[in-house]
Amino acid sequence: MEPLLDVRNLKVEFKIDKKWVAAVEDVHFQLKAGETLTIVGESGCGKSVTAMSMLRLLPKTTAQISADEILFQGRDISKLSDTEMTKIRGQGIGMIFQDSMTSLNPVKTVGKQLDEAFLVHGSVDPAEVKQASINLLREVGISSPEQRYKEYPHQLSGGMRQRVMIAMALAQQPAIIIADEPTTALDVTIQAQILELLKKLQEKSGSAIILITHDMGVVAEMADRIIVMYAGMFVECSPTKDLFTNPLHPYTRGLLTAIPRKDMDIDRLNVIEGTVPTLTDMPKGCRFYDRCESRMERCKNELPPLYTRGESSVRCFLFDAKDGE
Amino acid sequence: MVSDLNSQKNDIIQVKNLKTFFYGKKKFLQRERPVVKAVNDVSFSIRQGETFGVVGESGCGKSTLGRTVIQLLKPTEGQVLYKGLDLSTLSADQMRDLRKEIQIIFQDPYASLNPKMTVRELIQGPLDVFSNDSRSDKLAKVRKIIAAVGLREADLRKYPHEFSGGQRQRIVIARALILNPEFIFCDEPVSALDVSVRAQVLNLMKDIQADLDLTYMFVSHDLSVVRFICDRVAVMYLGKIVEIADKHALFEEAKHPYTEALLSAIPVPDVNVKRQRILLEGDLPSPYNPPSGCQFHNRCRYATKYCSVAEPALTQVDGEHYVACHRYSAPEKMKTVS
Repeated sequence: MEPLLDVRNLKVEFKIDKKWVAAVEDVHFQLKAGETLTIVGESGCGKSVTAMSMLRLLPKTTAQISADEILFQGRDISKLSDTEMTKIRGQGIGMIFQDSMTSLNPVKTVGKQLDEAFLVHGSVDPAEVKQASINLLREVGISSPEQRYKEYPHQLSGGMRQRVMIAMALAQQPAIIIADEPTTALDVTIQAQILELLKKLQEKSGSAIILITHDMGVVAEMADRIIVMYAGMFVECSPTKDLFTNPLHPYTRGLLTAIPRKDMDIDRLNVIEGTVPTLTDMPKGCRFYDRCESRMERCKNELPPLYTRGESSVRCFLFDAKDGE
Repeated sequence: MVSDLNSQKNDIIQVKNLKTFFYGKKKFLQRERPVVKAVNDVSFSIRQGETFGVVGESGCGKSTLGRTVIQLLKPTEGQVLYKGLDLSTLSADQMRDLRKEIQIIFQDPYASLNPKMTVRELIQGPLDVFSNDSRSDKLAKVRKIIAAVGLREADLRKYPHEFSGGQRQRIVIARALILNPEFIFCDEPVSALDVSVRAQVLNLMKDIQADLDLTYMFVSHDLSVVRFICDRVAVMYLGKIVEIADKHALFEEAKHPYTEALLSAIPVPDVNVKRQRILLEGDLPSPYNPPSGCQFHNRCRYATKYCSVAEPALTQVDGEHYVACHRYSAPEKMKTVS
């Protein structure tokens, strides 16, 4: 079956001190219909930038996006004009942002903003739009939606605002929903509610979800497949079960053992020594070289390509047929 | 009283019926000023050398509790005893002297370091205020402490913006340690850090605690981190402690329905773990208008009529395990009273 989304060689550059610096490069992935793909990594690794660039949500003056192809439902959206792109946003690919307080308009009622989501693309008759909005608010689990429809964002709690954001993304019934850290600003009990809601809605609508998060726990719970990013590159892409039972890349292995657990006693956490290299000063070879426990001579000057291992791919010379297993 | 039952000779901090209220403005036709009972009748004690965790969701009063304990906020009522000394009776001078022994690590290492000061000035600051050491003695102390937290000699001349978040938190920790404190209040010290860096800082905090025989009060919303670093844990909900226990008892046999739900809500980074999630309905109630009786009754799956009428007291259930729930203190009444 043809993938819903097929990204080939995506690269995003930012202008820093009059020079173009690559924040994200060599990004390839495919997304199947109905699948949940998570992109996980630490702050600054480029996970949000990857998502935003696909929808061209980055400022043109400071960001430059290039890709061989971004095929969405068989159509290359990387070459579309801005007006054509507007149609893709929302309708084809919807987005849920992390911070609902700054993403919603504070001077418009929740209902008005939701109405807008319906009206922009003219999918609902203006006379019925209010009812459609109220129904959708009910569907995302907001109690007394008729009342909430008339309220402003600041009158809602963080969890409820995030539900409104989800409703806005759903209004267009997109084929793909990109959720950028949708629960990071929420408390755990509310996070549990929102994750449950996302799963339920996905089952119902069959949308594919690209979930961006830094929380390995959320990943284990939600993902079908996982992409691990480090310093602007994919280092590993594996099915969820494989990644947690048999992580391939040294970074993934380190990351998984650096997390404290609620269900077991750990005396000392595993530590990945050092810090992430900065954008402007990326090493020539493997970007994880300085911090890697299994580094080899060639890693220093040579950038490893993505090697395929079963259903996984990994960017590490350990998996090169010549050197590795 | 719980604090009496629980108190031992080696307690460094004893908190007795502590209350911290915040008052809002009186509105037109309102009889009384609205009040938020951020910390409402809380009692516990912290032992020498242990890490005492306080967990809860945002707005439950955990930071306010910590700040009241170290007297950054004046308590509305109640007592905080530090080594048997009632802190509220101390004069300003006495309190100032005591500050050497009581330090704080804040959450945000970006906001808690003055951007115009070098690392040396930042770490040496407390010494300049409190000690009469010579310049070279001070520098020697600073050098010793930065080695202990894993910073380099060359870092002393740098400014905070030249460091990553994890490095900055090391500077904050070094500054807190320079006066040889005995008790450190840590307010979400690793919440702003990434996973790999968080592990470094958590290990460091454990190491220096063992080396220097420190006592921590560790406030966090992240229960996984709390399990890693704490010895005993208190769970707060709307300004009250609903459960206190040894960490094993709390994580393996949580008694309070809120603790159960809170624990079950945390996603585990493991695909082989079976999930039995207890989903809580609704949001945290407004602290201006908390529910009657047991404050958790409107979200509790065991609640009966009795819970909305009577407030449960913190009761000992097992050894050092205390819980505020009628299921343990008055199970018969829960069934009969209607």
